[in-house]
Amino acid sequence: MSITRDEVAHLARLSRLALGEEELDHLAPQLDQIISAVARVQEVTAEGIPPTSHALPITNIYREDEVVPCLPRDVVLSQAPAVEQERFKVPRILDED
Amino acid sequence: MSDELTTMTAADLSAALVSKDVSAAEVTQAHLDRIAEVDERVHAFLHVAADQALAAARSVDERRAAGDGLGPLAGVPVALKDVFTTTDMPTTAGSKILNLWQPPYDATVTSRLRRAGAIILGKTNMDEFAMGSSTENSAFGPTRNPWDLSRVPGGSSGGSAASVAAFEAPLAIGTDTGGSIRQPAAVCGITGMKPTYGGNSRYGLIAFASSLDTPGPLARTVLDAALLQEAISGHDPMDATSISDAAPPVVAAARQADVAGLRIGVVTELSGEGYQPGVLSRFSQAVELLESLGAKVTEVSCPHFRYALPAYYLIAPSECSSNLARFDAMRYGLRVGDDGTRSAEEVMSLTREVGFGAEVKRRIMLGTYALSSGYYDAYYGKAQQVRTLITRDFEAAFGQVDVLVSPTTPTTAFPIGERTDDPMSMYLADLCTIPSNLAGNAAISVPCGLAPEDGLPVGLQIMAPVLADDRAYRVAAAAEAAFTERWGHPLLAGAHGLDHHSETSTTSETKGAGR
Repeated sequence: MSITRDEVAHLARLSRLALGEEELDHLAPQLDQIISAVARVQEVTAEGIPPTSHALPITNIYREDEVVPCLPRDVVLSQAPAVEQERFKVPRILDED
Repeated sequence: MSDELTTMTAADLSAALVSKDVSAAEVTQAHLDRIAEVDERVHAFLHVAADQALAAARSVDERRAAGDGLGPLAGVPVALKDVFTTTDMPTTAGSKILNLWQPPYDATVTSRLRRAGAIILGKTNMDEFAMGSSTENSAFGPTRNPWDLSRVPGGSSGGSAASVAAFEAPLAIGTDTGGSIRQPAAVCGITGMKPTYGGNSRYGLIAFASSLDTPGPLARTVLDAALLQEAISGHDPMDATSISDAAPPVVAAARQADVAGLRIGVVTELSGEGYQPGVLSRFSQAVELLESLGAKVTEVSCPHFRYALPAYYLIAPSECSSNLARFDAMRYGLRVGDDGTRSAEEVMSLTREVGFGAEVKRRIMLGTYALSSGYYDAYYGKAQQVRTLITRDFEAAFGQVDVLVSPTTPTTAFPIGERTDDPMSMYLADLCTIPSNLAGNAAISVPCGLAPEDGLPVGLQIMAPVLADDRAYRVAAAAEAAFTERWGHPLLAGAHGLDHHSETSTTSETKGAGR
């Protein structure tokens, strides 16, 4: 076994997914199977081979720092789950105690 | 007349529009009528924008009447995958987490379609966040294959492929991260192209795996696909990975349609065990056909392609776990459980739990795992090295031959429900398409017949080097012309899932394509 149910539960917490118990029972063996399959990359001898993070040899892109109009505030806020005083309204981010 | 308009190619529609034999409004209405007639059964569209489409069509007609210079796609309808932002239509990416989201800006692909005068009919169904190979991972229900409504249309651009195969649109835009244009095109019997990475802008394309995501065209002919690619491609300053080189001349290449003297390599590793016999037999016939047209065929080995699938299922989920962190229930989209007692973090976790489907959750967790300290080198790091080796395999192969060929998919369209709870078997659908995503080169799928055992379409994949998109089009168009001549009709004329245009299709049956 490459990954346990407890480890999958931990991954779910790291991923900010409030998985239910039943869902965890279902997903844990599937992830185990997938991880075992993708672990095949470890068979490849790749010593000294540089990693590729991107298909094209692009390193950095610069542009002139020009001021351009941004999106109108009302248009952006029209899609927000909650708005107050022309700002995004969010649930509390700190514990009460 | 409206029947005729929906079966015409985009190139023919363009000519009819230019000569004013037909108006853009008539063409658009004919396709809207077709959607109203069949889409309840196909479910290719998540949103049909009838009013906007007709208004855009009338505007094209007015400009044409006024003598304005218009591009070839002015007045030609197109279906747009629901992963591109549109200011006048909702954009969901097939996910509940973006249900009814109205984007504040247009994707570059969207604005270039509008600039070209193409008529956007609506937004097509897809696997949630483009993760899947069957369109069954859509939060809004599956799309069905017009060849057989009990089967999948492939994915993730299954809605786009099905809309074109069902004559609801002559053209569609998809995205290809691991095969999501070519695989649905193959199993729906149409043409689909993954351009060179960076050839088409990703601005406004909701990201899945940013180093792999590539917008591209789906169409009923190779020339139509080229016309659509030319309309959307080219450098975009809004996408830092956009290529600044001139876009390859793909329309001219599609018209050239010849392979005489071209060196074609058959990839050893993309055949054999796990491939359906009918897929392999149609593929072999396609290779023989190309040889008969004057191509020089050799076998080429790309030893690391065997590791493309596992490398992809580390790289793509890793990028996805990072990209999808933006769905945090704070600034847009769904928010669940914000009752005043819960913290932002609890609301975030609940929203993502309710808003994401099973496949998206699997991939987010897989990516989170692969990027964890302690596992990074063994998984993500190793996958990136494999990506280098695959790119080197391509470079070595393209030193010997001009293009590489393989089947597009190991099997034909599978029944709806067959693989939904077996992720590894679903992933195998992209076995042949993934290498070109990892290396970023151009690759196209063109129909090469029907598998004798099930009568369903098989795709021929043609892979060309980075920025040699035109070469892929040239070979695909040559194969298309020779096949169409051999069959006596386009492959799609044999699609009976909707009993569409029964007079023409029942007589042609599959006899030509089956030979």
